[in-house]
Amino acid sequence: MTVQPDEVVVTVTVNGETVRHLVDPRTTAADFLRDGLELTGTHLGCEHGVCGACTVLLDGRSVRSCILYAPQLDGCEVTTVEGLSPVPGELHPIQEAFRECHGLQCGFCTPGFLLTVHEFLSETKGADEDEIREAISGNLCRCTGYQGIVAAVQRADETWQR
Amino acid sequence: MKPAPFGYLAPRSVDETLELMASHGDDAKVIAGGQSLGPLLNLRLATPAMVIDLNRILELAGISAHDGDGLTIGAMTRQHDAETSPAVAAACPLLAEALPYVAHRTIRNRGTIGGSLAHSDPAAELPAVVTAVRAEMVIRSRSGERTIPAEEFFLGYFTAALEPDELLVAVRVPAVPARTTSAWQEFATRSGDYAIVGVAAVIGLDGAGVVDRASIVCSGIADVPRQLSTAQSALVGQEPTSAVIAAAVAAQHTDPPADLVGSSSYRRHLVGVLAQRALEAATERQEGNDDRPTG
Repeated sequence: MTVQPDEVVVTVTVNGETVRHLVDPRTTAADFLRDGLELTGTHLGCEHGVCGACTVLLDGRSVRSCILYAPQLDGCEVTTVEGLSPVPGELHPIQEAFRECHGLQCGFCTPGFLLTVHEFLSETKGADEDEIREAISGNLCRCTGYQGIVAAVQRADETWQR
Repeated sequence: MKPAPFGYLAPRSVDETLELMASHGDDAKVIAGGQSLGPLLNLRLATPAMVIDLNRILELAGISAHDGDGLTIGAMTRQHDAETSPAVAAACPLLAEALPYVAHRTIRNRGTIGGSLAHSDPAAELPAVVTAVRAEMVIRSRSGERTIPAEEFFLGYFTAALEPDELLVAVRVPAVPARTTSAWQEFATRSGDYAIVGVAAVIGLDGAGVVDRASIVCSGIADVPRQLSTAQSALVGQEPTSAVIAAAVAAQHTDPPADLVGSSSYRRHLVGVLAQRALEAATERQEGNDDRPTG
């Protein structure tokens, strides 16, 4: 016999907007973003922390939102792919680079790559191909074969003024 | 891939956590970084009635250096913070060298030092590292604090020497003795995967260049971090030339388990190759560093 646990209040700032929700504790942060806040840019692939598709920034650091639970977001700042560009309706330079360099095909893995690359390029300039491949090694893409993604990271490294 | 229902508690202090652990007993599971427990919850391999979240407990995070006398690393210190800590690089270079091999950056942003140790996965890097550097595990319960050596902490697959009401709160790493160097070597099929085999090596030399301490600890070949005690004994009292290292490693018997990524004999082969490389790398780091502890 299972007793339904109490819901808990989570107050979280997502892409600059502070929201307050009542959540079932077992709700993953990814499901909370997608279903609770209707921010469906965060994608779910494996749902157990392997594929990287659900990567978001939590207080500025990349994390996998499928193995994080909604109550753990309380008091935190989250950035999803929807909040990546500082100008609404325009692409971030990393997104521009992915488009120009064919860094995506079906696009399912792309939001996770973009946020992983955002953290990497925020800290690094002039990385070589080996360093880029290491940086994106936790994100799986089943279409492009990674060549376009590596090229996009190299392009964004040059074009993103930071 | 949705967890079974669980209740959620987020205590703010260790004392509060210990009270909650005592009152919920086996029905509760504490979550640190959640990078191993999260998948287990999602796959319903773990179905605790209550999850006690340690992420709000500020006193559990942080690294303190003890003025040449080692380090204390709080259990909730993120792996990436330890990886980039100058104090860790100076006082436990083996840990700094091994940490980048732990999964991926995104996992290390969230994953914790204490969580990985308490999870006690014998394929993971950190249990082998803390065993090789002879760290101590600091454990608290309502009845007080106790400290046990790392080599007594890992009891078996995913089993640490923690009672249900006990919490791992910190790891104490002793100072690196003079003329003592270390190295980490591992082989994994893909970057960020669990290594098939990993080897931590620590070599200490006396004033004459003869080995007076050798720790060689493997991940991935037993239910706990496995010390290569025959090889360790064979090195002590010898000058660590490549030939001496090769003979010591060859004398070591191991009986690794087989799984989908590697047969027992393949793992045994990797132990030989990686132990040789790790011991040679540690020995090379002795060059020109005779008078001070180095990595």
